[in-house]
Amino acid sequence: MSTFLDRLFGRVKLGGWLAVVAPLLAVVFAVLITSGVLLVAGKPPLDAFTALAHYVVQPSGAVLIINFATQYYISALAVAIGFRMNLFNIGVDGQYRLAAVVAAGVGGAALLPGVLNIILVMVVAVLVAALWAAIAGLLKVTRGVSEVISTIMLNAIATGIGSWLVIRYLGVRSGNELATKEIPPDSRVPGLSVIPGTSAQVTGFIVLAAIFGVAYYVLLNRTRFGFDLRATGRSESAAVASGVNVKRMVVTTMVLSGAIAGFAGMPELLGGSYKYGTNFPTGLGFTGIAIALLGRNNPVGMAIGALVWSFLDNSKNSLQLVDISPEIVQIMQGTIVLSVIVAYELVHRYAQAAKQRRVSRELAVPSQPEGAAA
Amino acid sequence: MALPPGPLVYSHYHCLSPGHYHRPSTGTPQEEAAITTATATEPAVELAGITKRFPGVVANRDIDLHVAKGQIHALVGENGAGKSTLMKILYGMQRPDEGEIRINGSPVAFHTPADAIAAGIGMVHQHFMLADNLTVLENVILGSEPRKGGVAVDFGAARKKIKEISDAYGLGITPDVAVEELGVGDRQRVEILKVLYRGARILILDEPTAVLVPHEVDELFDNLRGLVREGLTILFISHKLDEVLRVADAITVIRRGTTVATVNPQDVTARQLAELMVGSELPSPETRESTVTEVVAFSVRDLTVRTADGRAIVEGVSFDIHKGEVLGIAGVEGNGQAELVEAIMGMRPLASGSLTLNGRDITGWPTLKRREGGIGYIPEDRHRHGLLLEAPLWENRILGHQTRRPNVKGIWIDRAGAREDTRRIVEEYDVRTPGIDVDAAALSGGNQQKLIVGREMSSDPLLLIASHPTRGVDVGAQAAIWDHLRTARAAGLAVLLISADLDELIGLSDSLKVILRGRIVADVDPAEVTPEQLGSAMTGAGEGA
Repeated sequence: MSTFLDRLFGRVKLGGWLAVVAPLLAVVFAVLITSGVLLVAGKPPLDAFTALAHYVVQPSGAVLIINFATQYYISALAVAIGFRMNLFNIGVDGQYRLAAVVAAGVGGAALLPGVLNIILVMVVAVLVAALWAAIAGLLKVTRGVSEVISTIMLNAIATGIGSWLVIRYLGVRSGNELATKEIPPDSRVPGLSVIPGTSAQVTGFIVLAAIFGVAYYVLLNRTRFGFDLRATGRSESAAVASGVNVKRMVVTTMVLSGAIAGFAGMPELLGGSYKYGTNFPTGLGFTGIAIALLGRNNPVGMAIGALVWSFLDNSKNSLQLVDISPEIVQIMQGTIVLSVIVAYELVHRYAQAAKQRRVSRELAVPSQPEGAAA
Repeated sequence: MALPPGPLVYSHYHCLSPGHYHRPSTGTPQEEAAITTATATEPAVELAGITKRFPGVVANRDIDLHVAKGQIHALVGENGAGKSTLMKILYGMQRPDEGEIRINGSPVAFHTPADAIAAGIGMVHQHFMLADNLTVLENVILGSEPRKGGVAVDFGAARKKIKEISDAYGLGITPDVAVEELGVGDRQRVEILKVLYRGARILILDEPTAVLVPHEVDELFDNLRGLVREGLTILFISHKLDEVLRVADAITVIRRGTTVATVNPQDVTARQLAELMVGSELPSPETRESTVTEVVAFSVRDLTVRTADGRAIVEGVSFDIHKGEVLGIAGVEGNGQAELVEAIMGMRPLASGSLTLNGRDITGWPTLKRREGGIGYIPEDRHRHGLLLEAPLWENRILGHQTRRPNVKGIWIDRAGAREDTRRIVEEYDVRTPGIDVDAAALSGGNQQKLIVGREMSSDPLLLIASHPTRGVDVGAQAAIWDHLRTARAAGLAVLLISADLDELIGLSDSLKVILRGRIVADVDPAEVTPEQLGSAMTGAGEGA
């Protein structure tokens, strides 16, 4: 039988429309809880939700939501690939930040012109993040260190190294901000003007994110490597017996997860601020974990999860207009994650029961002629 | 859904009263009379019309079972016949769709095992659920610790109670030994004590003899008789018919999810029972003529495997298997067989020694390369090593063959190819399944095993390692698996057969070796040895002579 963790990480499939019901149920439930909190605080819930909804319909708001969601999505993919083989890469956060620091330094130095510099920046970012993740993988296979512990510790170390690099070597002080040198204009990834009614542009990395989403699906479901990865996640002992080199899989998957994590900071670096400074976004790795859970490691599910998360993150400030604390959104985000987990479990049980009832009906009719009396 | 025609297809069973044992009307009048005389006191457990349905699996249908108080009542049937489901229902792990359960005459509805325990039902599982590093005492009280002053565990009271129980039923258990120091028989007694400690008056034993050697079985049976003398009731699940006949006071046969007969053990032979179970003629494991050739397919030289602490668990093992030969390894479980197999499969490092497959030294090869090189593997524990339970059958077809056609093309999984070949295996190996998209977990043990055998045979291996290939498999599937092994052997396959089933070993093997404490201690000619002789060789009785 499937364990709770299997269901939590989407290793057990939910069929058809039920896969959609669970997240919807969770959002409804989260709205109810948040309403309760708002009522207790003496604020009208309807006002809050109207203010949030109002934000989406503004073109500039929509662009921001999409841009943040792109970063979240890449980060979630990095987390999810580990989840699929029971590997908890909590270190996506440190991996993308360290990668961004080094890549920002290299990009700012403008060693290569134009597009070549973009490629160089991305290659550096991927290498740094992958190598950083590999440390946790190697520690796990050689010394048996839990990747949860090592990646959390590596996050802290990455923060330290990042600050040290910026302060000692890469940083340039401009006014109050200490940041790396800006990447030259000819080496920036342009945005796309796809949302009418605003000058704000959707990040060009949305294309890359979409490609990653498809590649993630194809890699896991259609390739030998993906089969080995999923087999290891489902049953390590069976994978070993089938000839999968689990140690190598652990390292490879950590490296792959890290490599994707390296891209998480790229929309900001190459399409946003063009430098790594104190305002560089942090915590994308942890957001990625929440979104991977929300989307049950499914590429489409995670895309929706990323959009919902980004919507809440970006629209929260509009709550201040109606005199409601924006922190209410964090309550909502927390409730969504929790209720998604509960809802998936409920839906899973409902689906099981429904399946049994259906089989019961199918079996009940033809068995009658046998006439098991009494 | 009609049953296939056969000499023993029964369709009408009426439960008249507890103690009235029913049997197919094909029995002779004398048999009928003899069987109905099996008397019984008031029933401890009554199941009436129990029906349970699962998606695509054999379920329980109209189960009627009356277990008299103070008796050992055996429930026999093939694996997948529905015994385990029935016991799960009785133990509160599953709820029946229809029917009634009565304990000591009053109807009950169990929602969890806790309800069943409260009603005095205890279950001893086939696989022991003991924490090795804890003592017997700690294991027994785990989860129902007696309290002293609300917080502290009252070890004194627990020790006293365990001693009392152990003495009352003659279990002979010392409470303060670590479980890891106990043998299999002792562990089983600890399991029994555990349920008695929780106040069970009705014990369910699920395949209790599967892990025991003959003299441990005798001890267990003595214990069981002691328990029923004290008024306890025992439901004994098994498919070892001779054992059932020895120990049971009444036997109920379950087939295809329904109870087909309840008989008195004095009035039936093992063969009659088996025919009731299968509903058709019985298979035998004998191989007819030798197909052994002169060509050595696989040889092992001085193989030694050490545990992490340096103890040799397999020591200096050497043997050759020729093409067309089945080499059987006999031994009491835990004497290094599992480690030997894992070493051959490359899942466990060798301390020393060499392996040669078809003239090539494969000692340094990883598992995948060995599989690709022509080793098929039927693992001892199919759930841990043979299947992805939560994956559909066609993905399980790929497992262990994920680098070979028809499952893959280059780096890509060939879904169509794998699915097509899974259909072929399902067809050729008679895997009973509603389709190839159901999860492996939905199949019964025998059908899972047939799928594994089909998969491992599908790449024309040179060597097949068959580790307990028919363990926990019903008689029908057993016959099918033996047939496949014989066919492959005739086609030149070399087979390493590890089994605890002595009849299977003697019947299938062309040559036999006995393993004891990691060493090969005897070569036996399967044509001449009896199960008794082999059994005593396995326990080292002939050692030093």
